[in-house]
Amino acid sequence: MVTPSIEYGLLSPMLIVFGAAVAGVLVEAFLPRSARYRVQIVLALGGLVAAVVAVVLLARQLHGTPGKPAVLGSVVLDPPALFLQGTIALIGILGILLVAERQSATETAEGARGLDGFTPQASAVPGSVAEQLATKAGVMQTEVFPLTMFAIGGMLLFGAADDLLTMFIALEVLSLPLYLLCGLARRRRLLSQEASMKYFLLGAFSSGFFLYGAAMLYGYAGTLDLSGIATAVASRSPNTPLALIGIALLLVGVLFKVGAVPFHSWIPDVYQGAPTAITAFMAAATKIAAFGAMLRIFYVALPQLRDDWRPVLWAIAILTMVVGTVTAVTQTDVKRMLAYSAVAHSGFILTGVIAANPAGVSSTLFYLFAYGFSTLGAFAVVGLVRNATGEEATGMAQWAGLGRRYPIVGVVFSLFLLAFAGIPLTSGFVSKFAVFKAAGEGGAIPLVIIGVVASAVAAYFYVRVIVLMFFTDPPEDAPEVVIPSGLTTAVITVTAAVTFALGALPQPLLDLANDAQTFLR
Amino acid sequence: MSTFPWLTVLWATPTVGAAVVMLLPAAARTLAKWLALVVSLAALGLAAVVAVGFDPAGAQYQFVESHRWIPSFGTGYILGVDGIALALVVLTAVLLPLLIVAGWNDAAHQTGLGGRGVQAYLALTLAVEGMVFMSLVALDILLFYVFFEAMLIPMYFLIGGFGGEHRSRAAVKFLLYNLFGGLVMLAAVIGLYVVTAGSDAFESGTFDFRAIVAAVSSGEFVINPAVANFLFLGFMFAFAVKAPLWPFHRWLPDAAVQATPASAVLMMAIMDKVGTFGMLRYCLPLFPDASTYFRPLVITLAVIGIVYGAVLAIGQTDVMRLIAYTSISHFGFIILGIFVMTSQGQAGSTLYMINHGISTAALFLIAGFLVSRRGSRVIDAYGGVQKVAPVLAGTFLVAGLATLSLPGLAPFISEFLVLIGTFTRYPVIAVFAATALVLSAVYILWMYQRMMTGPVPEGFAEGERRIRDLVPRELAVVGPLIALLLVLGIYPKPALDVINPAVQHTLTTIGQSDPPPQMLPRIAEGVR
Repeated sequence: MVTPSIEYGLLSPMLIVFGAAVAGVLVEAFLPRSARYRVQIVLALGGLVAAVVAVVLLARQLHGTPGKPAVLGSVVLDPPALFLQGTIALIGILGILLVAERQSATETAEGARGLDGFTPQASAVPGSVAEQLATKAGVMQTEVFPLTMFAIGGMLLFGAADDLLTMFIALEVLSLPLYLLCGLARRRRLLSQEASMKYFLLGAFSSGFFLYGAAMLYGYAGTLDLSGIATAVASRSPNTPLALIGIALLLVGVLFKVGAVPFHSWIPDVYQGAPTAITAFMAAATKIAAFGAMLRIFYVALPQLRDDWRPVLWAIAILTMVVGTVTAVTQTDVKRMLAYSAVAHSGFILTGVIAANPAGVSSTLFYLFAYGFSTLGAFAVVGLVRNATGEEATGMAQWAGLGRRYPIVGVVFSLFLLAFAGIPLTSGFVSKFAVFKAAGEGGAIPLVIIGVVASAVAAYFYVRVIVLMFFTDPPEDAPEVVIPSGLTTAVITVTAAVTFALGALPQPLLDLANDAQTFLR
Repeated sequence: MSTFPWLTVLWATPTVGAAVVMLLPAAARTLAKWLALVVSLAALGLAAVVAVGFDPAGAQYQFVESHRWIPSFGTGYILGVDGIALALVVLTAVLLPLLIVAGWNDAAHQTGLGGRGVQAYLALTLAVEGMVFMSLVALDILLFYVFFEAMLIPMYFLIGGFGGEHRSRAAVKFLLYNLFGGLVMLAAVIGLYVVTAGSDAFESGTFDFRAIVAAVSSGEFVINPAVANFLFLGFMFAFAVKAPLWPFHRWLPDAAVQATPASAVLMMAIMDKVGTFGMLRYCLPLFPDASTYFRPLVITLAVIGIVYGAVLAIGQTDVMRLIAYTSISHFGFIILGIFVMTSQGQAGSTLYMINHGISTAALFLIAGFLVSRRGSRVIDAYGGVQKVAPVLAGTFLVAGLATLSLPGLAPFISEFLVLIGTFTRYPVIAVFAATALVLSAVYILWMYQRMMTGPVPEGFAEGERRIRDLVPRELAVVGPLIALLLVLGIYPKPALDVINPAVQHTLTTIGQSDPPPQMLPRIAEGVR
């Protein structure tokens, strides 16, 4: 047996992140409680910044080449993989900053401050004495940091994996910590635990489908390697039905993660129940990783079966755009409305995937980057609005008049909503234009028309929130906006700036995405 | 001088001014107002420089600037003015300082927004001005579209944030109608890109307006007629909602009534002109065959709008709503003038855009001054105002006579040109449109009679809430408008000198020319 060669250099971003995660676990085990928070933040942020630097260095090193495989071809570092890894690492930095937000000092006695979004002791039964003791002591559950780092590591791998088994492993590595993190909310713990349970059960099922589909494709092609599958497809192996079944099952797994109809039912409940920092991170990063994997599967392994999978994706994209938009219209909770709008955006991004041309890849990558930043910022703002007991006030009726009482919050949130709606001069318009243009060039004009109509309907519920915030009188028990520490403020500032900047001057990122449009086969 | 980016500075001045005003501290209200006024006067100065430097006999597009913007989308930062755009730029630049003075105290009662209601109001007004400038001078279709849509947002906040009782609903109606129109146009814009990308006339998809129009008129760039019809309809739909063209007008009366008078004038006199400008600048040259194909439909809708707006105006009991309906009627005239595709029709239509801007501004603002004195918009609540406030009533009369196109005042010239232009091609349509002359006399004179003449009711002449005549600030607003109406009514040559060559260029580009004069009422098709 030949000793496999491990290209540590090419794997360095992932290794750094996983290394930081493992070190985080060790910190949890060995350091005293008082020292853990600071060390974990330094470790997490340091690891992610180093990962971003590593991605940039790799990108410069591999510039102009079609990319390099690593670890016997199970991981490939081609331009799209590097773009995705860079995006996920940047989103990860912002996510960690949100996670690290500590409670404002007035809430707990004796000046002790736990993590704002996370329960101090996850194993304590909600409503028990143990929970009260832990809260009073201001315990900080700092395990969330290594958990998030593991999830980020898995996401980095998911977009770069070049064979189905590595993809599955990455899927599990990114999902399991997320299942856990969803259950760790500080307030409304039962809702959070329910969300976590739902996500876990449905996620386990969909991962099972993914694995089953991978097995079918292995049976068809004799190899799990994506390029090998492509060769088998091209050579017109007689067992095409087997491949089609495999693709269908694989799609179930990936579409679940992405939140496409009809696999979207977990999204509103999980987005609502999870701690808002995790919702923000998850909404952005999971989508990026999942779409990255989806692009790779369809553009590397299955381009020849285009005539078979395109109609299916057409139907799913139309369903997703329509169902996501229509259901969001009736929502009365801001978080749930944003969750359904996330579903609708998955539909828009799918039109970019369907384009099946290089412009489709670059437009999808641009959309993922822009959307990731706006959605992270939007959920970060949502997390700031609290009612008198410190719980998040996400009912739309309570948000009335918020923009008048807190103009900056109102303006920033309106910017994110307008970006979601696709108003020109925001990143959302440039993203939508890019994917619709790519879809148009790829011959999917009906999708463009449906996308435009869905955007028009979506504009209604986004504008409704803006009207509510600025032009309606506040209710009796109006919620407050908690002034966060510099961490959340920095996150919101950066995401708002990016959303606006990409609306006015998107060319640099478009250039990056255009360079990143060919996969290594 | 010729390489100085005058147009960039033109649109950047109000935009940067808006940002600066917004950042002023909450207590600096008076400073904010004066700063906004200075910025708008600076923009007027820049517009004057461009107007003086424009050579009507020269190239079609002057002051052209061209830079990279988003090459991936085939779009560039290309600016330039022709006669038509220049006329509207000057209109906007002249009206804005007057609107700022007219709305001097409108934002004072706005609580909330951290006490910066005044700054927000002025910043939004200047932002609209900047975006309107950009839409008028853009020579790149996507650049135009971006600012065409983007200007809806500050306008929406102006209506919804500072208006009357039902302002929220009116603002949402305004925004959703126009957004929907804009999104339909987005599909057409993307379609246009895809078509240019697939054509041999261009090396890649492009949004460069001059290049596409040159290719269309030279016959190099041929679009499948069915596709061209759809693209035309997509563009036209957005402009028809914006302008507005009947039956897409339903958002206008509510928005005009609920907004403050200055914001309503900003919307009707300036922003909506971008819609008609879009029809003239984009729909016709880009899709000449489709325009000719749909010409009968658009003209029919325009005439219906003319008569409908006029008839409904007669029956209104709310003075602001009445003026809003007269606007719908006037926009019908403007669109009629554009689509008859004759030189008088289009020249008249462009001049009409300017004249309507001035006359509606005058009428609406004076009505606004009157309403602010008593707080009621109901016509029957007023009477005999000319006895207690003769200057107000007098200027209102002049503005009203301008609206009904009395000869000697500016709008007469434009209405006359539009009617002549229509008569040479569609005599029957011109007859229908001319009935609006009678109807406009009815609505204006009857309104004047009810509000300004007759006995003076209790409390108007003396007491706390007596109606005072125009104060100097209001005179400063009304005076220039009346003066312009008189001057342009007697000597419209400067405006027409700039407009006529541009109209000739447009007609040549779309391959239409004036039909030969004939007395028989037959519809003459254009000569290609």
